[in-house]
Amino acid sequence: MATDPLSITFAALADPTRRAILARLAAGPATVTELAAPFAMSGPAISKHLKVLERAGLIVRGREAQRRPRRLEATPLKEVAAWAEGYRRFWDASYERLDEYLQHLKEQETEDGHDKHE
Amino acid sequence: MATTNTNKGNATTFTTPSDREIVATRVVDAPRRLVFEAWTNPKHVPHWMTGPEGWTMPVCEIDLRPGGAWHFVWRQPDGTEMEMRGVYQEVTPPERLVNTESWGSDWPDTLNTLVLSEKEGKTTMTSTVLYPSKAARDAALGTGMKDGWAASNDRLDEYLRTMA
Repeated sequence: MATDPLSITFAALADPTRRAILARLAAGPATVTELAAPFAMSGPAISKHLKVLERAGLIVRGREAQRRPRRLEATPLKEVAAWAEGYRRFWDASYERLDEYLQHLKEQETEDGHDKHE
Repeated sequence: MATTNTNKGNATTFTTPSDREIVATRVVDAPRRLVFEAWTNPKHVPHWMTGPEGWTMPVCEIDLRPGGAWHFVWRQPDGTEMEMRGVYQEVTPPERLVNTESWGSDWPDTLNTLVLSEKEGKTTMTSTVLYPSKAARDAALGTGMKDGWAASNDRLDEYLRTMA
């Protein structure tokens, strides 16, 4: 399994429960009990998901002694979003240039063809 | 899902026919023989596949045969370089090109299929990118945090917008 940062982020995001946990945390920090509430899932099962998210750097643990609320850590998500945006921009710009370049190739061909017939 | 980007003239349409794919469809005004050339000849590729304004493509190596490698390097205006490489799986001029694509160890590898179909002198380019997982695909689309989420969907969506 890949261990690079983006692959770890993708793997963490691949599970619907973990995405739901992140969605909840986007609204503000929450304790493990609060995070577990919407799911028909055991405490240990939720803890396992939280560990995956923590390892991916997507959530961090608060320091308040008893509650230890989890909160969302935005940096890895930013990297994913930046990649997506860059990808789209790259191809949009390239295809625009391809339009012009193909016109140039067509003109060149016409000229070459013209020369041959002369 | 289908979104269309209409900058000027022709539009690129993005669709998601399966869990792990993104398909970009675009019509260009040229016969597919020329379009295939533009995509596969190192003499032509650096003239257009250069992304945002100001980028150049100092390295464009293409060994156009099944099993042959390709290697592209782009240089951004600030001097930063970006590299991409892969291997051709199928080469069927002027209609079909299949290759792997890797952006380096930080990114998931994809399998890309380009299909060119011609009608009345215009060519439809259908470019399919197959990702290793749905999550990787969704992330590439920028909708990874949006699809299939229950109650808090909109909040996170808003939040992600503020981060972008």
